[in-house]
Formats: sequence, C-alpha cells, structure tokens
Amino acid sequence: MSLKIVVLAKQVPDTRNVGKDAMNADGTINRAALPAIFNPEDLNALEQALRLKDTHPGSTVTILTMGPGRAAEIIREGLYRGADNGYLLTDRAFAGADTLATSYAIATAIRKIGEYDLIIGGRQAIDGDTAQVGPQVAEKLGLSQITYTEDILNVDETARRITVKRHIDGGVETVEGPLPIVLTVNGSAAPCRPRNAKLLQKYKRALGAQEKAAITKEGAELPYAELYEKFPYLNITEWNVADVEGDTKQCGLSGSPTKVKKIENIVFQAKESKTLTGSDHDIEDLIVELLANHTIG
Amino acid sequence: MANFYTDIPELKYHLNNPMMERICQLKERNYRDKNEFDYAPQDYADAMDSYDKILEITGEITGEIIAPNAEGVDEEGPRCENGRVEYASGTKQNLDAMVKAGLNGMTMPRRFGGLNFPITPYTMCAEIVAAADAGFGNIWSLQDCIETLYEFGNEDQHSRFIPRICAGETMSMDLTEPDAGSDLQSVMLKATFDEANNCWRLNGVKRFITNGDANLHLVLARSEEGTKDGRGLSMFIYDKNEGGVDVRRIENKLGIHGSPTCELVYKNAKAELCGDRKLGLIKYVMALMNGARLGIAAQSVGLSQAAYNEGLAYAKERKQFGKAIIDFPAVYDMLAIMKAKLDAGRALLYQTSRYVDIYKALDDIARERKLTPEERQEQKKYAKLADAFTPLAKGMNSEYANQNAYDCIQIHGGSGFMMEYACQRIYRDARITSIYEGTTQLQTVAAIRYVTNGSYIATLRNYEAVPCSEEMQPLMNRVKEMANKFDACTNAVKEAQNQELLDFVARRLYEMAAVCVMSHLIIQDATKAPELFAKSAQVYVNYAEAEVEKHFNFIRKFQADELEAYRK
Repeated sequence: MSLKIVVLAKQVPDTRNVGKDAMNADGTINRAALPAIFNPEDLNALEQALRLKDTHPGSTVTILTMGPGRAAEIIREGLYRGADNGYLLTDRAFAGADTLATSYAIATAIRKIGEYDLIIGGRQAIDGDTAQVGPQVAEKLGLSQITYTEDILNVDETARRITVKRHIDGGVETVEGPLPIVLTVNGSAAPCRPRNAKLLQKYKRALGAQEKAAITKEGAELPYAELYEKFPYLNITEWNVADVEGDTKQCGLSGSPTKVKKIENIVFQAKESKTLTGSDHDIEDLIVELLANHTIG
Repeated sequence: MANFYTDIPELKYHLNNPMMERICQLKERNYRDKNEFDYAPQDYADAMDSYDKILEITGEITGEIIAPNAEGVDEEGPRCENGRVEYASGTKQNLDAMVKAGLNGMTMPRRFGGLNFPITPYTMCAEIVAAADAGFGNIWSLQDCIETLYEFGNEDQHSRFIPRICAGETMSMDLTEPDAGSDLQSVMLKATFDEANNCWRLNGVKRFITNGDANLHLVLARSEEGTKDGRGLSMFIYDKNEGGVDVRRIENKLGIHGSPTCELVYKNAKAELCGDRKLGLIKYVMALMNGARLGIAAQSVGLSQAAYNEGLAYAKERKQFGKAIIDFPAVYDMLAIMKAKLDAGRALLYQTSRYVDIYKALDDIARERKLTPEERQEQKKYAKLADAFTPLAKGMNSEYANQNAYDCIQIHGGSGFMMEYACQRIYRDARITSIYEGTTQLQTVAAIRYVTNGSYIATLRNYEAVPCSEEMQPLMNRVKEMANKFDACTNAVKEAQNQELLDFVARRLYEMAAVCVMSHLIIQDATKAPELFAKSAQVYVNYAEAEVEKHFNFIRKFQADELEAYRK
C-alpha cells in the first residue's frame, strides 16, 4: 500500500525582507536584490507529503516545478528533505505565464507523470499571492480539491478517501474527499523538516541539463562527470513544451489573458495611533469603525 | 534569518585549516567508502564541501529553531513525571529537527548509520548549537559518549547500540554520586553479576546526571566487592528499554535549564559490561572525560560568541550622552577584549580538536591493521599534544565564557540585570562551564605535568619557528619574551622543590602557558587571514602580555613561607 504524491513547488524571490532596492524603477521586481527561495507554503506542502511517505511506506514524492534552469535548485532542496525525484518544466515558451497558462503547463506535466494519488501545493506563492494555480490545476485535471489544508488527518488507501483539516476564518473544518485529489496547504500547517545531512551529500551534485551546460559553457569540465552515469538520480529531468505534449498557444505569454497595465508603489502611513483594550466593547467599536470607512467588508 | 554558521566567517576559516587534509585522509581511509555508500565523499575537496554544507544546515536549524526556542526552554524547563523526564516543548522541537536533519551519531562510521565526521567539524556543530542554547547543547552533544562505546565496546555492542544513537536516541554518562564528584575513585554504585540471568545488575544512586533519562547510559560502577579505589570500578552500558533506573528528581539549577540534571535510582537494573573489568575509571572514563572536556570547551566558545553578539548589538544601539555607547573607550575596550578572548579561545579549541582527530583516527586504523612506524610516531605525537591541550582548551574557554558573559551584562548596564535580555541567560548558562567535567582547578591539575615536564615550552618554541607576516612580527617578538618569562617562572618553582608551592602557583603557570599558546595561534591566524584576526591578535597579545607580567611578578616575588597567610 503506497501513495504517489506530486508536490507543486515554485522558486520565488524572497519578498519577506524587502529593502529599498527590491523594485525596479519601472515597477517590476528587482530579482537580483532578492534571493531566490523555495516558496514558503510549498515547503508546508512538501512536509505534508513527506509525512504521508513516513506513514505509508513505499510512497513516492515527486517535486514538480516550472521555471528557468536555475529552478532545479528547488528540486535539489526537495531531494535533501526526502523527496524521491523531480521534474523541471522549463522552456522559453513557458515564460511570462499568468496563473491560467501556468496551471495549463502544470496540468499537462502531471498528465505526463501519469500515476498520482495526491497533488499537493502551497496555498499561494509570495511573489504573486494569487492562490489560483492549485485550484486551476484541479479543474484542468477534473479532480476534487481541498484548499487551506492545515493537516492531513488520514488517507484510507482501500476506500480511496482522504480526511483533511482545513484552516478557515475563525476556526478549522474537517472535510473528506476522494483520491486522487489536489490539496493546497496553508502556512499555518507544520513547518517543513530540515535538509538531511545524508540526503544532502547524496544529491548535492544533482543538476539539470541547463545547469550542466552553464558549467561547461566556458570550456570547463563538469566536476565528477563520471558520477552522472554511475548515479542516474544526479540528472534532474527537464521537460519542455514538446516533452509534455503542450500546446504552445496555451503556454507562457501567449496563453496568458492577464496583462499588467501599471504597478504602483503604495506606502502606508500611520497618521494617528489608537490604543485598544481587548474588551468586547473596544473590539466592537473598532469593527464598526473599520466597516464604516470600508477598510473591511 | 540568522544562520549561526554562515554568520560567523571565523568558523569557516577554522574548518579550512590545512591539517584537515591529513585528518580527512585518515578518517576516510583514503575515501574507500565511496563505493559502498552513496553519501560518502569522493575525495578531500568533496569531504570538505560536505562538512561546510552540513554546518550550514546546523547553522540554519540553530538560527531558525533552537535560538528562537531558547527563552521558552529556559522558562519552561524539563519536568519529572513518574520517574521519567519530560523535556520542555521547545527542547522536543529542537531534538526532532536535529534528528530529522540526521545530525546524530555524526562521528560514527557509515556502516552504523553515522556520517563519519571528524571531531573538528562535529565540534563546530556543538559550538554553534551551544551559542543558541547551551542547555540543549548538552542533550544533543552527549551523543559523543558513543565514541567511548565505539572505542571500548565489542562488535556485538557496536551493532546493537551505535545505529540507535545515529538514529537519534540520546545518551548520558552516569559518573557522579552524592559522595563522588571530583573524586570519582569513591564511586559506590554497586555492580553484581547475576549468574542466573548471565548479566550484571546495578544498584545505588547517581546524582547530577545530565540528561539522566537518556536512552543509553554509560555507567561507572563498583564491580569488585571490597575495593575502595578506582581499580575496583568498571564501565557498564544500561539500556533504558531494559528498565530498572528511575529519575527521582530533577535539580533546580542556576542555568542550563533546558538540560535535565537528574538524580537516578538504580534498582537491580540490568546492564552489560563495556570493555574489561576494573578499567572503568582508569581507562574508559578518562577517555570519556577527555571527549566531554572538548565538548565543554566548544560550549564555552559558543557562549562567548553569544555574549559578544549580545554585547556588541546593545552597545551599537544604546545611546547615552548623545552617542552610541560603543564609541566610548571604556565600552569598546570591553568589546575588543571579549572578541580577542573569543577568537584566541576558539583558535585553541580547534587546534586541540585537530590534534584529537589525528590521534583518534590513527587509533581507529590500528584496530584494523598494524600502524607503520611513522604512523605510530604520528599517533604518539598528537595524542600527547591532545592530552596537553585539552585541559587548556576546556579551562581557559570556560573562564573566558564567564568573563565575556559578565562583560556582556556590564555593557547592558541596568538593563542587563533585568530578566528581559538574553545576556542574563548567557550569564547563568556560562557559570557551569568552569565547573562540570572537571573544574578549572582540576584542569590545572591535569595540565601541570605538561608545565613541569617541558611539553608546553617545547610546543611554544616550535610555534616560534612558524613563519608569521611582517605585520605580526612585532607581536611575535613580544610573545617570545612572554614564553621566556613563563619558562623562568617554571624553572624557579621547580628548583624550589616544594610540592605545596607548585600546587599553589599551578593555576598561574597554567594560565601563563595557555595565554602564550593562544597568542601564537591568533598570530598564525592573523597571518593567514588578517581581515578576520589582525585586530584580535593585537588586542589579545596586549592582554596576554599583561597577564603574563602579572603572574611573573607574583611568582618571582612569592616566598614559600607566605603560604601560611593563605592557609585557613
């Protein structure tokens, strides 16, 4: 009895510690100033997958990510934590994708992977904060979905049912759904386990084709080149549009109806401060005020 | 987020010491594991890259989990329930993260599930962890007791116990008893052979046992009925799964609250002998203690670093008389000396750990094959250096940790006396380091023979021949003069042929030797990496020279008949 789990993960600029130079003058993100990291909620998703692997021996965890060649780092990070393998969707044709084109590309890649019981991703990525890709993937694959997952309580492989605790406004909700299913995981779920020392040593040389090409471009030799034949798992699989039998028109910029018209910098300024107690009366007053000035509602 | 490894470039500098090449070659047996284990290094560069990356993992866990938990662990502490220890919730999280990261049994061979780490990078991990939470450092670092079981246990014991430690089970060393602290020869815990069940049984009480509810205990017990001294003691392995040992209470301590210090009651507990009978104290516990002393030296350096970090941050931020207090000479003097003690002490720690690495790796090879005459000579040389350096590293670093913690509070002024700042926890945690695993006074006892037999002065003379940069030459000249004064004092005390006088001034001679050694090491470091160590070298030699001068004056003027004024 084992599960086939696909984890959707994204490499994102670290927007958690934004300095003055985080944005370019034209309003786009200055990626050079922000280190590329594993999207935080995707790490929560990976932990949920790894816990299932712990409790359902023989299960496999596959990382699926889309991005440029250097996004192979996300797959290595997954392998260091206990994932079994990974695929990097990478093609110029995928570039500039909005959520629709992204979910199209991911859905085609999942069809290519073929066998899966669970597809687990973070609720949203910190660069776009849309929370749309997970649900769209579910729709495209015709699968059920559970969003805001906080904990997977049980997977009954015989009945093909899953029980999940969801994080909702004002509390938690326990829901059940059929396998296969798409889950998106909330940041309040358990943090991801650290990188493991042995796995790190095993996989630290794993590279995608583009990373290898970047090393050998200047005529340098690939260090420990012989190991890539000896240990096939050191070769991170890259898939382009053709590999996943995608329709180029539905990918990248051409598949993206979303057009960014303008980006503005908004600076919040506190004009006055107010101290409130925790009493019901004060809280009620605040809510009434916030509703009245349309801050909420 | 803080990373306790990458934030401190001095650690990477020490990791990259040239001696590591020999250490790796010996420890990895010319990299033979690569055909058997997919995580074994291919060569020296590969091994070093892995140490660096694994230290980075340790630094990350430390920065993101252990350090944020430290205050809560200090407040909550462990509980004793029904004879068992329940760790503080933060401690459980810390341990879980370290186990999942595979950072247990780090120095053990891969065939048992270990990482086959040399002692040096392992000690760096211990320093980093202790910098965040010295109490948790104990629980995690006690894994190095497995070294002793590996060295002296039999193959069957290796295969049964070592994999469990590599998988994350914890250890303790049960030595101290109510009437046997520094004087372990008086241990009374009784070991009797149970003929019917073909096993040993332990009965009695142990006290002040760190992590006393560990999964696996190494226990010092009296196996030879009727004996009263160290020769009647043997070492035993007690497995908690067998039952028979209960925790009577957890001590209420000044510091290291996260680390449960237990009183243990042995009631006919089943145990097995480790190694040979009667060698428990004279051989195995000595080995155990040497490992533990290096561990406390690492813990002390971690605390020194933490004290320095807190003091520096506060001094930059706190403004008085219209400027940051770090701009006042009285404050930057304190901070500079803190950093100099930290850098010099750390240099001594890792010089010691490298000496230990070489002789232990050769010891281990000697269990597989006969050493060549050159290897035997190398083994002897480094074993002697390690024995001489370990009490210096433990004693001096633990004193420096206390001094730095004191100065850290001083820099904080009144705020430092309040419980809100981390400096008070560092101060309380540091206090034990100069006491447990042998007080500084006992480190002096262990070291004094290397003063009188000329080992330290010989090492100092060797260090004088190590080339230094032109910038460091004036300091080197001063350190040579310091060594001359140390030598003169040693000779004067020896000539007096008065044991009590020698014992009385031993601590001063010990400190003279130690500060001379550390001065050389920091000069060597400043020669190789002036950007990291040039300032500390200057500050440390200024400080050390004054220390030597102080002791020189005292010893030169001191007359044996003045002892009467000190005796009570």
